[in-house]
Amino acid sequence: MKVKVIARSEEEFTKERSQDLQKVFRNLDPALHPQERAHEYVRALNAAKLDKVFAKPFVGALNGHADGVSCMVKNPRRLNCLVSASLDGDIRLWDVAYRRTVRQFPGHKGAVRGLAISSDGDHLVSCGDDCTVRLWEVPSAFTGESTGDEIDIIEPVATYQGKNAFRTVDHRWDSQVFATGGAQVDVWDHNRSEPINTFTWGADSILSLKFNPAEHDVFATTASDRSIALYDLRMGTPLRKVIMQTKTNAVAWNPREPMNFTAANEDGNCYSYDMRKLKYSMCIHKDHVSAVMAVDYSPTGREFVTGSYDRTIRIFAYNGGHSKEVYHTKRMQRVFSVSFSGDATYVLSGSDDTNIRVWKAKASEQLGVLVPREKQRHAYLDAVKQRYKHLPEINRINRHRHLPKPIYKASKMRHAVADSERKKESRKRAHSAPGAIPLTSARKKRIVTEIE
Amino acid sequence: MANQTNLAKGKRRSESLPGDNGDVVVLHRGEVKKRRGEKEENKWKHIKDKKLRGQIVQREKLFGEAAETATKVQQWLLPSEAGYLEAEDLEDTRHFSQEAIVKEVDVTSARKAFDLQLPDLGSYTVDYNSNGRFLLLGGRKGHLAMMDWKKSRLMMELQVRETTRDVKFLHNETFFAVAQKKYVFIYDRKGVEIHCMRDHIQPLKLEFLPHHFLLASVDKAGILRYQDTSTGTLVAQHRTHLGRGGVLRMNPYNSILGLGHSNGTVTMWSPNMSTPLVSILCHRGPVTTVAYDLAGVHMVTGGMDGQVKVWDVRKYLPLHTYIAPTTPKALEISQRGLIAVGCGSKIEIWRDALATKQVKPYLSHRLAKGAQVEDFAFCPYEDVLGTGHSAGISSLLVPGAGEPNFDTYVANPFETWKQRREAEIQRLLNKLPPDTIALDPNTIGGILRAGNENQKAKLALSEEANKANAIAAGKEVKEKKKMKGKNKPSRRHKKKQLNVITAEMQIKRDLMAKQKSDSKKPTTTVEVNDTSLPLALERFKRK
Repeated sequence: MKVKVIARSEEEFTKERSQDLQKVFRNLDPALHPQERAHEYVRALNAAKLDKVFAKPFVGALNGHADGVSCMVKNPRRLNCLVSASLDGDIRLWDVAYRRTVRQFPGHKGAVRGLAISSDGDHLVSCGDDCTVRLWEVPSAFTGESTGDEIDIIEPVATYQGKNAFRTVDHRWDSQVFATGGAQVDVWDHNRSEPINTFTWGADSILSLKFNPAEHDVFATTASDRSIALYDLRMGTPLRKVIMQTKTNAVAWNPREPMNFTAANEDGNCYSYDMRKLKYSMCIHKDHVSAVMAVDYSPTGREFVTGSYDRTIRIFAYNGGHSKEVYHTKRMQRVFSVSFSGDATYVLSGSDDTNIRVWKAKASEQLGVLVPREKQRHAYLDAVKQRYKHLPEINRINRHRHLPKPIYKASKMRHAVADSERKKESRKRAHSAPGAIPLTSARKKRIVTEIE
Repeated sequence: MANQTNLAKGKRRSESLPGDNGDVVVLHRGEVKKRRGEKEENKWKHIKDKKLRGQIVQREKLFGEAAETATKVQQWLLPSEAGYLEAEDLEDTRHFSQEAIVKEVDVTSARKAFDLQLPDLGSYTVDYNSNGRFLLLGGRKGHLAMMDWKKSRLMMELQVRETTRDVKFLHNETFFAVAQKKYVFIYDRKGVEIHCMRDHIQPLKLEFLPHHFLLASVDKAGILRYQDTSTGTLVAQHRTHLGRGGVLRMNPYNSILGLGHSNGTVTMWSPNMSTPLVSILCHRGPVTTVAYDLAGVHMVTGGMDGQVKVWDVRKYLPLHTYIAPTTPKALEISQRGLIAVGCGSKIEIWRDALATKQVKPYLSHRLAKGAQVEDFAFCPYEDVLGTGHSAGISSLLVPGAGEPNFDTYVANPFETWKQRREAEIQRLLNKLPPDTIALDPNTIGGILRAGNENQKAKLALSEEANKANAIAAGKEVKEKKKMKGKNKPSRRHKKKQLNVITAEMQIKRDLMAKQKSDSKKPTTTVEVNDTSLPLALERFKRK
């Protein structure tokens, strides 16, 4: 007879010394793990609920401006460096980690409308209603830790005088050239007092201007004639222009797919375009109930943040029709400027109530250093949430966002209006000759014309 | 056989599948399609959104591959091997006595075989906790005991002075439930009575659903009750209407409860439906015992007719039949698929008897002094069969019964009290809601086919079925052409009824439509040779 029965020695299966870790044995035989799908579903559901519990996106406020914050720009070379400007002509350099002003740049007589930092992080350009453009040097190393009550003051390196008020400025990515927008588009060199190039196309004022991060000579502008125009510095004339039904307030290029840009429109929607095909927008990002004032892409290119006149900021996926997150507080007023932090973890918003607010990009993300077990846990829960996100209960919890009553009502009304318009059109179509009222896709509807 | 046909007739809204031996399986509507083994691609076929379907198919494929690879890798890392018993030369394993086996094994294993002589306190029911470390005994005449059986240490002993019919551990060894004369009681590991559950009246059998924290009991009136042991709420109460229920067993694969009845049927229940999900006529005579294997593929039933039958619970079809020496009183399937059958004082253990038909048992054992088997329990992760009988407890060595490799996060035989505490919290956090109990547990996260699709299929089926009847009915009716009394109330009512779309009307309408379309077809016209016509008559020519 040959016989063997299971015999386990306790020494082999338990820890030797008290300070050792407990031994762990796994057996992945599915028979020992019955109803694993149900367990995964329950874990996903619990994780979705916990996400709601931990959704505390507001981190802090940068307090110091005396008037509404009109524009903000982050230093591409330093994570903690942010420059903001307000409607009273004040420009401040912030150490975001300490939430302190470290430098001030006085000089502008009216509202500052545009800020830009060169890609090496050394030069700052500002422009404003006082018809001047000023060039400043950004201090290379600073910390907000030791800053007392006194704030260092910086003098401009150069001042350029224009004829009209400037609305916007952006720095070219690879040289000492920047472009301003106002009555026309002017291209400046750091070392010249006069613009080196000027573009005009129609008589309307330029609202925003952004250089393409990949093709350094290409930039996009939006103007009050409801147009989005593309320019190339190598050519004497603008490239092409698309006119929409309402004006576009701001534009941002996707850093990872640099042929695509997103336009923040006055009608409360954002429109993503491929610069090669301006006949239709790639995606309409709906949810804001009032004009979108600012837009900024995450460095990852997978999402962007928008600030709106309806006093909220929203985060959209680059291809998402509706927002992933909406942030609001009682005291936040009209948002004029937004910015993603350089590590894609935070979102900054500057609003009419003189504050710059710092938010988490993922509302329920655990900040700080995570131990490997925590990381693994988060990764696992993210995976199960992703797997079961279509199930109704989890979907409902994930989608739910609390909104202030006026915004909630306004969005309801917008839905009702859109619904009734759709209904009316379908009825018109049903009662007219076939083909008399053609079907236009929503992505084309808001575009009036494209001009070459 | 009359019984079977009645059963099939009595369930109006059900389909019947004939098995061999004339056994009848009754399934509820919709359950027919919910069998395991559906192809992965077909599962997502119904998603209209192409992009979403692609994403889901891709993701599910990835998860499946990851799980498969993990299992493949894991099998080389497992620390222990299963036990075995092999005969040499002319020996036969079924003739090996326990004494002979005990002599051959090592000292620690030899200590696992023991007999407890308790002849005065009635026949015993036994239960092991999930990691197999603790053994719970319940004597018919009120004797309860819990022991750390590997160390032969008595943890608790209690005399409740009342008939006790069944004992069951709850989620860990700190609590256990006892089916006593009138109610179910819960005791802690010190033997202190924690709860008296008065909702469960005269319980006969208990079962605990560890993933859902549900304690199920079936009573003398045949009522199945589910009580949540973490919140204390009574989740469901089902009347089986099939008389005294003395047979209750959980399918560990999907947490469905199987009940055996005196009319020979086994019914399967979930707390979500007040009628059985499945009802199978298993035996000619009362069912005495039921057992499920760990993978949920096989069910073994024993009946008063002296048969032990193996069923495929994916198809609800019988696989093999074994003849027991006498009526099988207790049945149990071990983690590695060994079947223990207890008939009177004889215990037979069968190996590989689920998938294939065996001719002789693997082991057999006769209890001393004609003691009668009452209850079995295979100790998880050990090669041990605990037997409760009329003269006490016997712990038998069954090489190859238990799973050699445990998973620390599922059940750890070397659990410390800290680990037990942590595990309890984790189990409560991962507690499954009762709605997740379904015949196929993998339907969760799947696609519910659109209602109208199901409806269309059903409509087509019913139309098919009605057509023949309608035609038959229509043949006998002769319509008279009566003009008189057209405005009589009865005639008016009849006329209104004509508007109701019935199968007959539909047939008539189809016929009319066909005739109409036939009449519209252009009739072949005779070609006239026009050249002969005079010019004046040209305009009358057919175009």
